[in-house]
Amino acid sequence: MIGVVRFPGSCDEVDALKAASLVDEARILWHQETDLEGADAVIVPGGFSYGDYLRVGAIARFSPIMGAVIEFARAGGAVLGICNGFQVLCEAGLLPGALLPNQSLRFLCRQVEVEVVDAGTPFTRACEEGERLSIPVKHTSGCWFAPAEQLDRARVVLRYAPGHNPNGSLRDVAGVCNEAGNVVGLMPHPEHAVDDFEGSTDGRKLFSSLARAFV
Amino acid sequence: MRARVLVRPKAGILDPQGKVVERALPALGFEGVRNVHVGRLIELDVEDPSRLEEMCERLLTNPLIEDYEVVTDPGSGPAATGRGAEGSPPGGPAERPAPGRVSP
Repeated sequence: MIGVVRFPGSCDEVDALKAASLVDEARILWHQETDLEGADAVIVPGGFSYGDYLRVGAIARFSPIMGAVIEFARAGGAVLGICNGFQVLCEAGLLPGALLPNQSLRFLCRQVEVEVVDAGTPFTRACEEGERLSIPVKHTSGCWFAPAEQLDRARVVLRYAPGHNPNGSLRDVAGVCNEAGNVVGLMPHPEHAVDDFEGSTDGRKLFSSLARAFV
Repeated sequence: MRARVLVRPKAGILDPQGKVVERALPALGFEGVRNVHVGRLIELDVEDPSRLEEMCERLLTNPLIEDYEVVTDPGSGPAATGRGAEGSPPGGPAERPAPGRVSP
């Protein structure tokens, strides 16, 4: 079962739930819960958790469900943070770096090309390294930054293809994982690229990677 | 006790808000403005000011990207400074005005 967290202010959890349902049973996990109902993987979705007050992800990181997610992640469980979920996982210290406001200071919503840098994570193992995926981004704070002491050690999972970095992200990083590779954070939204009507189905590969990871 | 926490983007990292303001001022005829940084001010009443630093490290700021100063008696200068300044490029924070001081 894939658990999809819902915070007050989440807005992409239903799309994530539907995308996850393509590969396994999926269920919403309310932010006030303290257990993951036996989930085999967890998705922390996009949106504006707790209104993004103070800093993006800062309040959500301390919600009851995140206590369980952090414990699950530290035990090696597969956790994917998408957009706001990526910001929450960075605030929680599960992923290196932080997400700063876009260099343009504008909200961005566009289709971008990303390259798979690391196909060794539970969310990218159905991809080839170097493969290009067309996935949309939509965010105001997507400029990934890491201080020097984290930067060279950070494991990059997805990189914006040349000319596609929409937000000024350091080294064109679109997604990173922790050292063990079980926790992944992405700014692009694979759950918005799973059906022909969305213009691309490349996002499906990340969910089918997960199905493969369960086997 | 009344306390004030001044939060600013760490020196050397992208501060697009500061850049926008820096460009906007000359457009209004305010020449000679440099090194503009936009941060955040948090004011709070606390019973135990010795816990302010921990509050800053855990919630009020993200030490990876922000520096902070705590002023426990607003007006008399900083009481504590975020440790985040290590690793900042030389000439970064030192070029900024001290908190709580108003230039003539």
